Amino acid sequence: MTKREVTFMTAITEAMAQAMRKDETVILIGTDVAGGAEVDHLVKDDGRYDDAFGGVFGLSKGLVTEFGRGRVIDTPIAEHGYFGAAVGAAATGLRPISELMFNDFIGFALDPILNQGAKMRYMFGGKAKIPLTVRTVHGAGAGAAAQHSQTLYGWFGSIPGVKVVVPSNPYDAKGLMLAAIEDDNLVVFSEDKMLYGMKGDVPEEYYTIEIGKANVVREGTDLTIVAIGKMVQVAQQTAETLQKDDISVEVIDLRTVAPWDQETVLNSVKKTGRLIVIDESNPHNNTATDIASVVADKAFDYLDGPIKTVCAPNTPVPFAHNLEQAYIPDVKKVLTVAEELIIDLQKKAVRV
Amino acid sequence: MEKKEVLWIYQKMNEIRFFEEEVHRTFGKGLIPGFVHLYAGEEAVATGVMALLDDEDYITSTHRGHGHAIAKGCDIRGMMAEIMGKKDGLGGGKGGSMHVADVEKGMLGANGIVGGGFGLAAGAALSIKTLGRDNVAVCFFGDGASNEGTFHEGLNLASILNLPVIFVCENNQFGEGTPFRYASASETVAERASAYNMPGVRVDGMDVEAVYNATKEAIVRAKAGQGPTLIECDTYRMFGHFEGDEQKYKTDQDPNRDRDPIVELRAKAIQKGWMTETEANDIETAAKATIKDAVEFAEASPLPDLSSLYTDIFA
Repeated sequence: MTKREVTFMTAITEAMAQAMRKDETVILIGTDVAGGAEVDHLVKDDGRYDDAFGGVFGLSKGLVTEFGRGRVIDTPIAEHGYFGAAVGAAATGLRPISELMFNDFIGFALDPILNQGAKMRYMFGGKAKIPLTVRTVHGAGAGAAAQHSQTLYGWFGSIPGVKVVVPSNPYDAKGLMLAAIEDDNLVVFSEDKMLYGMKGDVPEEYYTIEIGKANVVREGTDLTIVAIGKMVQVAQQTAETLQKDDISVEVIDLRTVAPWDQETVLNSVKKTGRLIVIDESNPHNNTATDIASVVADKAFDYLDGPIKTVCAPNTPVPFAHNLEQAYIPDVKKVLTVAEELIIDLQKKAVRV
Repeated sequence: MEKKEVLWIYQKMNEIRFFEEEVHRTFGKGLIPGFVHLYAGEEAVATGVMALLDDEDYITSTHRGHGHAIAKGCDIRGMMAEIMGKKDGLGGGKGGSMHVADVEKGMLGANGIVGGGFGLAAGAALSIKTLGRDNVAVCFFGDGASNEGTFHEGLNLASILNLPVIFVCENNQFGEGTPFRYASASETVAERASAYNMPGVRVDGMDVEAVYNATKEAIVRAKAGQGPTLIECDTYRMFGHFEGDEQKYKTDQDPNRDRDPIVELRAKAIQKGWMTETEANDIETAAKATIKDAVEFAEASPLPDLSSLYTDIFA
């Protein structure tokens, strides 16, 4: 495979373009996925189209030029309507990628996902398939405040019939995006906007990464840290810091939030006996608490201490930079929790 | 309408009516779980539209969907079994009355969410357009759904993308227990079509020929690439919103209250020479037998295997 360094953003754009070249039924539909529809000066001399935005973050830039407005479809700002259309199209022969510009807009797009797309196959006794990829954006850090910064992949993940993937790096972003598009089910692909500029090695070729499998990015023996998306970097930095004190940390990049890879997580906890989960969601009823509950249930006898979660506080995402930084889980917070856990264990060891 | 079509319509109308009367009786005996919404009284709408569609055309339906499903050609035995929550139901007993569907027949599902079909129908029409098929999608919805935001989003989207979709409003005068005349700022649903730059027509929804003619025109437009049409059918439901509804909101002055689209078609068809008295009698007898057979089939069908609780979640 030909390797070269590209950004997280480019990896996703490239994946969408390759999928659209490979399969004519793949379409992209959403608000301003091209932009500038029916604006004369955006029609090139050769009759092809230019985009005004190519997505608000520019992730679909150039796609309308290559694939035309019949397959890169700008919609009105009407999430309920076009998500309904994306589900209807998926049920009848197309393989849409539908963009929810910010996951915070889910209030306007929820019914087609929650009650239609996720349930049709089940309600119809297996006689429907919904090959739909929902691309959306989550995460704090850009100063976008309470309605453009939330982390809501856990909401989608709590719906039976929905798969949710959250990539942590450019290589995974491309492979997971192609896997999501190939999948015959409704897959939410949730991107942390703070990762868009991240660079990494990405093969030019078409490849997929299996949905539902976590990735052990660092092996260790004393403590397991499970992290999601942008938090994988926090987990890795924490692991490096603890390594200096000879504490060996295993870092698991969850990759898929629903259905998450219980086998990999449980095997790791059985080995290390200690678990921290980092999740930028608000702290209750989220992916971290779900992982904690399953591990407590299935690996209790292997645990040497309490399962810890490091999440955002139970507040909206604040605007001011210092407040926003205080909101996001970081290495300092994880280290504090890790040290408590380790000290507890050392005390216990002394008592024993 | 041609004689052949009239006979088909009369058959389907009778099947729907007998089906719903049977469901009403069976529900009363406690043999049907959950919520049931009966279509009786509105038969002219489903059959007038469906007489012009084939299996490759798509429809989206509503919580009051039994009539659409029968007219679209869904297996009646499978429907009755589904409504009773049995293994041989169209959805294996996992959907029930509000989710009767058969994608192979172009029936994209009854729908428990009021207004849930607008986007789905637009999407089916988007598939038709993108894949270059010569078909249409029809979105059935009630007057209640016309006040949901998705009505606006779906019609606007379908219009700007010029999609081959027909929006068919079944105005049965009541959204659940609230009169349409109270709930709607506009006097009709049809007049709202002008806001979306599409034709809007209001027809007598108790007259199957009127529904048929309006649909025929809309299909021609859709297939000629001229985009969507809104058809409002003025109709009435004979039963309540749901089974068990005391119907305190109904009055003697309700439009269409004393009309029956089946009785009207029978008289008109015989008068126009489309159908003989004998043909009408035979169709009624056959329809009754079809429903009786469906009930026997459904009652004999076993409950779903417990293992099916966990299947059909992902493809």
